[in-house]
Amino acid sequence: MTLAGSVAQAPRLGVSSHPWVRFGVRRVGRLLVSLWVLVTASFLMIHLIPGDAVRAALGPTAPASLVAAKREEMGLDDPILVQYWHYLQHLVTGDLGTSIVSQLPVSDVVSQRLPATLQLALLAFVVAVAVAVPLGVTMGVLTRRGHGRRTELGFTTTSVVLGTIPDFLVGVGLVYVFGVNLGWLPVAGNDTPSAYVLPVLALAIGPAAILSRIIRVEMVAVLEADFVRTARAKRLPARTVYLRHALPNALTASLTLGGLILSAMVAGTVLVENVFAWPGLGSTIVSSILNKDYQVVQAIVLVYGAGVLLVNTVVDVALALLDPRSMIRED
Amino acid sequence: MKRWLSVLRTPLGLTASVLSAGVLVLAVLAPILWTDDANAVDTGNILAGPSADHWAGTDNLGRDIFYRTLVATRLSVELALAATAVAVVVGLLLGTASFLLGRRIGRLVNAAVNIAVAFPGILLALFFAVIFGVGATGAVFAIGLAGAPAFGRLTQTLVASVGARDYVSAARVAGVGRVRLLFRHVLPNVSEPLVVNATIGAGGALLSFAGLSFLGLGVQQPHYDWGRLLYDGISSIYVNPYAALAPGAAVIVAGLAFNLFGESVAKALGVGVVGGVPALPPSPDALEVEERPAERHHDHDDVVLDVRDLTVTFPGPEGPIHPVRGISFAVRRGEAVGVVGESGSGKSLTALAVSRLVGDPGRVEASRLELLGADLRASDTRAQRHLLGTSLSMVFQDPMTSFNPTQRMGGQLAEVARHHQGLGRRAALARAVDRLRSVRITDPEHRAHQYPHEFSGGMRQRAMIGMGLMGTPALIVADEPTTALDVTVQQQVLDLLTSIRAAEDVALVLISHDVTVVGEVCDRVLVMYAGTIVEDLPAADLAASARHPYTRALLAAVPDMHTDLDAPLATVPGRPVDPADVPVGCAFAARCPLATDRCLAEQPPLETDAAGLRVACWHAGEPIDIAIQDREQVDAR
Repeated sequence: MTLAGSVAQAPRLGVSSHPWVRFGVRRVGRLLVSLWVLVTASFLMIHLIPGDAVRAALGPTAPASLVAAKREEMGLDDPILVQYWHYLQHLVTGDLGTSIVSQLPVSDVVSQRLPATLQLALLAFVVAVAVAVPLGVTMGVLTRRGHGRRTELGFTTTSVVLGTIPDFLVGVGLVYVFGVNLGWLPVAGNDTPSAYVLPVLALAIGPAAILSRIIRVEMVAVLEADFVRTARAKRLPARTVYLRHALPNALTASLTLGGLILSAMVAGTVLVENVFAWPGLGSTIVSSILNKDYQVVQAIVLVYGAGVLLVNTVVDVALALLDPRSMIRED
Repeated sequence: MKRWLSVLRTPLGLTASVLSAGVLVLAVLAPILWTDDANAVDTGNILAGPSADHWAGTDNLGRDIFYRTLVATRLSVELALAATAVAVVVGLLLGTASFLLGRRIGRLVNAAVNIAVAFPGILLALFFAVIFGVGATGAVFAIGLAGAPAFGRLTQTLVASVGARDYVSAARVAGVGRVRLLFRHVLPNVSEPLVVNATIGAGGALLSFAGLSFLGLGVQQPHYDWGRLLYDGISSIYVNPYAALAPGAAVIVAGLAFNLFGESVAKALGVGVVGGVPALPPSPDALEVEERPAERHHDHDDVVLDVRDLTVTFPGPEGPIHPVRGISFAVRRGEAVGVVGESGSGKSLTALAVSRLVGDPGRVEASRLELLGADLRASDTRAQRHLLGTSLSMVFQDPMTSFNPTQRMGGQLAEVARHHQGLGRRAALARAVDRLRSVRITDPEHRAHQYPHEFSGGMRQRAMIGMGLMGTPALIVADEPTTALDVTVQQQVLDLLTSIRAAEDVALVLISHDVTVVGEVCDRVLVMYAGTIVEDLPAADLAASARHPYTRALLAAVPDMHTDLDAPLATVPGRPVDPADVPVGCAFAARCPLATDRCLAEQPPLETDAAGLRVACWHAGEPIDIAIQDREQVDAR
């Protein structure tokens, strides 16, 4: 509700929109540069592989003529700048090439697998935030000014441990407890709603732990701020002081670090999908790397990279909405 | 080195150190001791569960999982350290590029590092794993390079901060070459944070390696690390779960150990030791002695704020501390009372205490604390919040930090009216605009839509006063309202307070360390020292009526038109009393030119004279025979 309140007061047009225009231009500029680096890196990937990528994909037994024909078809014998130009052209039209292994258009593979990964990442994101914000705020209020030292120690220790365990190991643990031991939940695929529970938890637990720890620390700091004293001097109910005055400020500080955690979650799907045989991009990229299906790998790297850049941009915009000073602060 | 050892003093640091050392010892010894056990094939026991022979069961060839997990320690740790080494070396190269290769190339490298850092490590690792190929060597480089940008950025920040220091500039001017400069002067000074972060990084590399091997992209058979054991074990998790759980637990323990060890070291190196604070509990007598101004009769309707025996207590390391020790005063309608004193005299806490804003763990006690006749000592009720929210307004010292940076000014003012007067959003905002106008903020409609950082300091302080006028205040408590402001705007704020007081008949309690400010604005001045009121006198002719030596010293310290500009500025000699260590007798005695044995032994009570003035001094009004005296005579003329 607090978030919505701040967003509702969003930018007015007119004189005051100047910082927003400048912020927008700079942010879009940075996004474009990063995208260009990403696209170029994914293009170069195939060329940086030692040896012949086509030979590697088709295997040592494939006849030389077939390899040559395939290279010809893919344009691998053109000058590199020409290839780069073609790559960019195709990318703009949504053409990601054809898989050497399966002969399917790569864009089909991606569009088939993307929804499952998106569902997983978004659900995990929602769960992580929905747990971390109330937990962090509550812990912050309970442990402010040296209150509840034991609560603080217990919470911090638990969250450090949970936050350090990598998501795929959390996944293995969940599989053992809820799949093997208790037999309550399915541990593979995404056919039933209950199959979502364990993968989403595996992905969300670590980030939720780290995020709630950050929010607690920020909340404790913000509760000491002068403007919180001002809010108390206005004799607002405690809830309003915490949620309307302290929380948005604690969130802005948390969001900078939290953004990194959220974009790591996007990449975290790769490992978690492999634990739960989740039919998404993450399991596809691993099998494609092992099959040397480089066209598919290239495309998925591009999609993951773009996803991360998107998350980073969204975080920056959210930051600007919550705390207008952040627009000016960055260089 | 000694500082590194201090890690062992915290329980967490000790645990992490012991675990890390254990993992390293195991990495060295396990392959020597148990390689044969780990490779022995027990064909009668394929994929068996835990038993006396095989504590964690066996794999699909009947090999013992427990021994394999122990033996895998070496490869797992080796690979993690190798990857960390790659990350450190490449990171150092990236991070020192701008130092070694000049600004232009450096900026390009930094930009590239900044873009790379935005991508999560696992994604970078996958990218490089494709290029370097599947296998342990490829994975070392993949994980190493994936960790390099973060390390590069850290190095870059550290080198930039050290590179700007004087001794580096001096060496540069002296013609020391860049490489020599880097190795002799810069890197040694940043090595500590780099080593700490490399330790944390090793924990991360261990976890990442387990991830890559688990995906089948790292270590390949017949070699095995923990990740590879997991990869083999997960497929048979329903048959023998321990084949996956044992290596998984090993990864978690080792990763956590390195990680926490690094964090503990970082903490141990960064945090200083807090020394004990000497503190004496104030003598209980001191709290009792102060005389109640009982003979002072107020027309009760006329009194806005009535305070009797106000004490503020904080827990200290050696018993409770009383920064405010039983003070009594009253403020009438429309009256302006100044409270002056040095920092630590308890004047600001008095302001917070009467406004019920002393937060935990402070405790406020009083035999009477009334605002407009309502007892403020009662617990926090809705009615009390309403009374305080509308009748008492606060102005804080630092207008820069006292507004919420994430909310528009108009909304912050309007909030008061919405909560306490039940106005709707629009009506409340209209009142906020009106109040902003009343504190002389130009174009208030536009200003109300701005954020605090778009206001100047003086404007913010006026807006703060305006916020206090959202209700119908009977009392404004202003705690050092001009201290944080430019001299030029200080007067504006004081004038505003004065005019509001005149126009609305509002009482004012003005806390200040500046006697002249108080003398200018107020009717009456309370002088505080060491948590007590030592003098209560009219503001009109301070110099003539001041009798307490402390008040006179404060006045003497104020430079005026007659001050000899060649002489050093006068100050009150000596240091203020530590609230945790208040002496017996008169607290000011140690600094007082008039002090006698009686002053050291007995605390003087605050006595009221015939004119209604109060002073707490055994030698009130006696002539002072020191340099200050000359100044007083000048003032008196």
